[in-house]
Order: sequence, then structure tokens, then C-alpha cells
Amino acid sequence: MKIVIINYGAGNIQSIIFAIERLGYKAILSNNPDEIKAADKVIFPGVGEASYAMKMLKESGLDTLIPTLKQPVLGICLGMQLMCNYTEEGDTKGLGIFDVDVIKFSPKVKVPQMGWNTIYDLKSDLFKDVAEKEYMYLVHSFYAPLCNETIATTDYEVPYSSALENENFFGTQFHPEKSGDVGEKILGNFLETLKFQ
Amino acid sequence: MDIKNGRTVKGVNFVDLRDAGDPVELAKIYSDEGADELVFLDISATEERRRTLVDLVRKVAATINIPFTVGGGISAVSDVEVLLQNGADKVSINSSAVKNPQLINDLAQKFGSQCVVVAIDAKQIDGEWIVHLVGGKVPTKIKLFDWAKEVEQRGAGEILFTSMDHDGTKNGFANEALAHLSTLVNIPIIASGGAGNIQHFVDTFVEGKSDAALAASVFHFKEIEIKALKKELKNNNIEVRI
Repeated sequence: MKIVIINYGAGNIQSIIFAIERLGYKAILSNNPDEIKAADKVIFPGVGEASYAMKMLKESGLDTLIPTLKQPVLGICLGMQLMCNYTEEGDTKGLGIFDVDVIKFSPKVKVPQMGWNTIYDLKSDLFKDVAEKEYMYLVHSFYAPLCNETIATTDYEVPYSSALENENFFGTQFHPEKSGDVGEKILGNFLETLKFQ
Repeated sequence: MDIKNGRTVKGVNFVDLRDAGDPVELAKIYSDEGADELVFLDISATEERRRTLVDLVRKVAATINIPFTVGGGISAVSDVEVLLQNGADKVSINSSAVKNPQLINDLAQKFGSQCVVVAIDAKQIDGEWIVHLVGGKVPTKIKLFDWAKEVEQRGAGEILFTSMDHDGTKNGFANEALAHLSTLVNIPIIASGGAGNIQHFVDTFVEGKSDAALAASVFHFKEIEIKALKKELKNNNIEVRI
């Protein structure tokens, strides 16, 4: 299986590489469109600030490539947010894969949300053999509200989308690569269960 | 885990260091037992030891599947780049942030606030909490509560507060100061220094309003078992991953 992690200079991806290796696979890092198109599975990571990350995506032309991909694509954290229509962070237009606008938590809660929180109302093969209310590791200041594409919900200030799915595109607000054995199970499901080609 | 020359060590009030084992083995054990995050503080942190630390970080990151924070001897953006490339998820800065507060802004801008933990060591002098440097050895003129607000404004994502009056004493965390910190800033506060028994953890979440609690020796020397600790926290209605 050919796993490509999209490398566009945004954030720390070593954790994802290590998690994939613990599952017994190898991933390659690439920003080459042909290599990304040829992959069986694509992971779209992201840590950092949205407008800067989008600028990096545009510079490499990946902003137009990603929405055309046909194989399973998993956006993680900021990667998921960039796959949405829009994010308030840096007033940034997203890739429009998920039909939802990302907004900021209010100061009523500690921002960023940083730590472990539960996911529930699981509605996807991404969560095959994963129980309701398992804890995942989350670090974020902005969130995607609940929408038609919500496949997991988390409560922080309000119930919001902690995972999204639209056809072959998946996004998790949490970090499966940092969420213990259950997180690894979810990453494993993405690599092993989901097929769209 | 305090790391010195590639080994885990633990002292009382930052001195009298005892060897507590191999960091990679310990990290794996803690991750498997249910620790929610691992923090490495490199207290040797001299140039010639940096390479050892980076290798260790890489080995630990490859082994564990929980968040991993690394601190000690970080004074530049380039130091952070190397640690993140080798699998750290966050970095913790302390003395270098006091000496050069702009470093907090620079790191938050380049890597995001979620990556930047500002560690603050403080102790009470004439009733005032005063920030100390170099592993707690050197007092500054800076007040803890002023500094906490400043690091939040500069972009810190979390504050790791160690009370040196409590560290290593096993008499409980500095809950009064912690609770006050929690009202002053709107970023998560990690309590550190003073854990001796399970009730101390309950107290720091309830009375100290802490978002997380850090401990070392009680785990290294098997005085508290992580599973039993988390069960007791849950029994006290504290939200915790079991």
C-alpha cells in the first residue's frame, strides 16, 4: 500500500510517520502531484496557522489538486479545517470539500482546547470497532460546527464536528496519531478498511 | 521526566539527583499505563549533550502514542525545528523565554501556540511568587502572575507552573497559586511540583483548578500507579481518560 503524507511545509508530521510505522506501514512525504495522485491513501496534515498553511498549499498548486483526488484522503486537525469552505482563522478561504465554515471558540472556555475529550455519535467506517465516548487528543482554537457531513461529535463550549466525511474525503479534528491505542485503531481503519477506487 | 546525559533523573528541590532509569523504557511503560502526556526536560542541556537528547526524542516519539513535550536548553527557533522534526509535539521553554520574551512570539508565529509551552519555576519570597531561572537556582525580579499574563499575550499555548517550594516535597501542589493563575489567564495550566499521593492530584484539579497535573518521582519510584490514580480521579468526578 502506498501512503503519501502531503508535505507542504506546515507543521510537524514526524508523529504521523511514526504512528504509521507502528501500524506496520511506510509512508512517504511528498508535494509532487503525480506521486500524490498515485497513492492508495493520502494524509493531509496541518499544524499552525490557517492562512499561512493555505499560502503554502497554493504555492505548490496543491490547493487545486487535493479536491480532485479520488482515493481516501484524511485531513488531520488544521488539515481538516482547510478542507472546509472557510475558516475565521486568518480570514481564509478553504478547499470547499466539507460544506461548513470553521469558527473560533469564545473566551467562555479556555482557548485553545488542549487535551483529551470524548467523541460520540460515530457514523462512519472510519470508526469501525471503536466504541462511543472514547477519548481523543485535541489541540485547537477553531472548530467546525455540526453539519450534514459530521461523523463524530465532541462537546467543548458547544457540540461540534470532531470528524467529517464527504465521499472519499475524511477529516478528524483530533490527532489519531497522538490518541493512544484507540487513535491508532482509527488511523488503522483509514489505512485498511476504507476503499474508494 | 527530567533527563540528564541520556538518563532519567529526579532530585528534591532541583538538587540531589537520583537515577530513575532508561528514558525510552520508562516512556513506553507510562504510555502503556495510561499517562496522557509525556514531558521531557533536559537538565544537562549543554551543547555536547544536545545530540544525545535529539536521538532520545526520536526513539521515544517512535515508541509512544501520546503527546510528547520536550524542554531544556531551547533558545532559538532552530532548536525547536530540530526537536519537532524528530517527533516532539510541543516544546517547553523557560529561562530563555525570560531572557528573550520575543522567542515566545517567534515560536507561536512559526509553529503555532499549541506547540509552545512556557514553563515557569517560581517560589515565594516575602509572600510574593517570584520567577526563578536555571532550573530554579537564580531569582529574577519578575512576579509569577505578571509573567503568566505576559506569556499568554505573547502566544504561549500552555503554562507549566512548578512551585519550587513544593517540588520534591511530596506535600501536595501549590493549589492557591494555581487557582489564582487559572483566573488570570485563559490558557491551560499544568500543575507541577509536590505530588506525593493520589489525594494531591484530586486536590489540584478541584482546589487548584488545574487543567493537568505533572509528576515524576511518584511514578518513577512506583509510589503511585497511573491506573489507580486515574480511577480515583474519575471517582471524584474529574474528567479523565481511562
